[in-house]
Amino acid sequence: MTVHVTGLRVALDGTPILHGVDLTVAAGEWVTVIGPNGAGKSTLLRAVGGLLPFTGTVTIAGTELGRLARRARARRVATVVQSPVVPPGMAVLDYVLLGRTPYIAPLGRESAADLTAVHDVLRRLDLEPFASRRLETLSGGERQRVFLARALAQGASVLLLDEPTSALDIGHQQEVLELVDRLRRENGLTVLATMHDLTTAGEYADRLVLLADGRVAAAGPPADVLTETLLAEHYRVRVRVIPGDHGPLVVPVRG
Amino acid sequence: MTLGPAARPARLRPLWLVAGAVAVVAAALAGLAFGPVTLPPGSVAAELLNLLPGVRIDSGLTEREVAIITELRLPRVVLGLIVGGMLALAGTAYQGVFRNPLADPHLLGVASGAGLGVTAVIAGRVAAGDATTNLPVGVPVAAFVGAVGAVGLTYLLGVAGGRGRSPATLILAGVAVSAFLDAAQTYLMQRHVDSLREVYSWLLGRLATAGWHDVRMVLPYAVVTAAVVLAHRRVLDVLGVGDAEATALGLHPQRARLVLLAAASLGTAAAVSVSGLIGFVGIIVPHTLRMLAGASHRVLLPLSVLFGGAFLTLTDLVARTVATPAEIPIGVVTAFLGAPFFVLVLRSMGGRTT
Repeated sequence: MTVHVTGLRVALDGTPILHGVDLTVAAGEWVTVIGPNGAGKSTLLRAVGGLLPFTGTVTIAGTELGRLARRARARRVATVVQSPVVPPGMAVLDYVLLGRTPYIAPLGRESAADLTAVHDVLRRLDLEPFASRRLETLSGGERQRVFLARALAQGASVLLLDEPTSALDIGHQQEVLELVDRLRRENGLTVLATMHDLTTAGEYADRLVLLADGRVAAAGPPADVLTETLLAEHYRVRVRVIPGDHGPLVVPVRG
Repeated sequence: MTLGPAARPARLRPLWLVAGAVAVVAAALAGLAFGPVTLPPGSVAAELLNLLPGVRIDSGLTEREVAIITELRLPRVVLGLIVGGMLALAGTAYQGVFRNPLADPHLLGVASGAGLGVTAVIAGRVAAGDATTNLPVGVPVAAFVGAVGAVGLTYLLGVAGGRGRSPATLILAGVAVSAFLDAAQTYLMQRHVDSLREVYSWLLGRLATAGWHDVRMVLPYAVVTAAVVLAHRRVLDVLGVGDAEATALGLHPQRARLVLLAAASLGTAAAVSVSGLIGFVGIIVPHTLRMLAGASHRVLLPLSVLFGGAFLTLTDLVARTVATPAEIPIGVVTAFLGAPFFVLVLRSMGGRTT
């Protein structure tokens, strides 16, 4: 499903955060939003996920977000927030089952189809051995997989990932991102993510969007966005950009 | 597809339901059998079965003993089951809604609000010269108004007010609201000294021996509360991931929270209006169950009703037998048990309070 954002403006507590953002993510594409702290990356993702009031338009596969009922929206767009809440005492299976909420009647209980969907996701993410473990007993990397599993159980074709790897060491970062990429190819998912690590962002995304002060400063293939000039201007950092196998390698250097 | 027994979602297992039912029956039998006159539990069970239509068993009890069971003790036991079930259910619901293990009808100020409402009605009635011992039917309504007002105030002060919210913030707000409402209540009592005695005996918490009147008064509210809260058991689990994520999952968290708060406050108000201020049931029962049966509300809520009722019935038995012929107010017994328990919960929370 194509995500189309035009003229997106968001104000939080009266402070304007986004000043008219335009953005398109084609069906099956992976777009990552980069930008310095406070640029509005998370706010952009939350608005696209329908979690914030905004002006402008966000359409998912041609349907305006505001026209979708919450449950209908949750079947199309799944969000993994930056630091998901870990409910104390909840088993992994029950947590992933929460992802089926948009399919279960508000006061009803899950159907056999919901359980099949959950077990299917657990198997594909190698989480079956953890199904009855309590979420808080899992390591950071395992947890991130469970968070992804819940989002996938939603059966949505648009996946929003806010800093999906910020809590992980580089080994687990790679593992999670490879997993997302595999799921994207297998399921035709459309991925919109935010990320701090510029090299990693460029290696996995088809296109990057550089956000600065609530505006799109640059957008395009990683090699076009990750340039020494653009990064120096918007991050106030001295970097060396070296061509790599899967995209530019961004190395900070001392002046 | 083969699934291990552990790889199933949290649901109320039959074994737990049976355990809850056994606890209720055992507590009820104990409550009916023991007292100033001790009756054999087997005969008590026979008399209970005799209450069913078409059953006729000879229990070997005299007519007077049967009257003790059916007219004195049974209403009290049934009231204990309802009030205990309501307080534990409300405690579990508040803890889920606020995602706060310390939330409890009393610590949130709900009980004080309900108490103020009831005091106003009692004072007004004594002032008007009505000397009947039964509580007026309007009492639960007044209690509900007070309860909802109090929980609203606590919520505003403790959650909406500050950004750096922690479990303790909400409870501190509840303490402030309770103190204010208790002061208002004391003021009201001072202004109506003639009603002091009646209010005071009610205040300490008691399961009235006023026959079936109180049971009939509280039952409709209890049924509504239980139906609404139990219907939301899965929703409460979704609320556990916080508002933002619950919204992303297609839920209306604010709407669900409002419905649950209203229902839990109605149950608390009904319980308080007949039994006074009985504290800590909403902490002790849910926490013990959480340790034994797991954290899912799909399991916790129904078990809270059963074990809460059994717990309060047994506590009442202690309250009326430990110092015979005198009765200790039941609220004193639950506080003796609950205060140390509260400290345990605080300690188990570790760093989360700061």
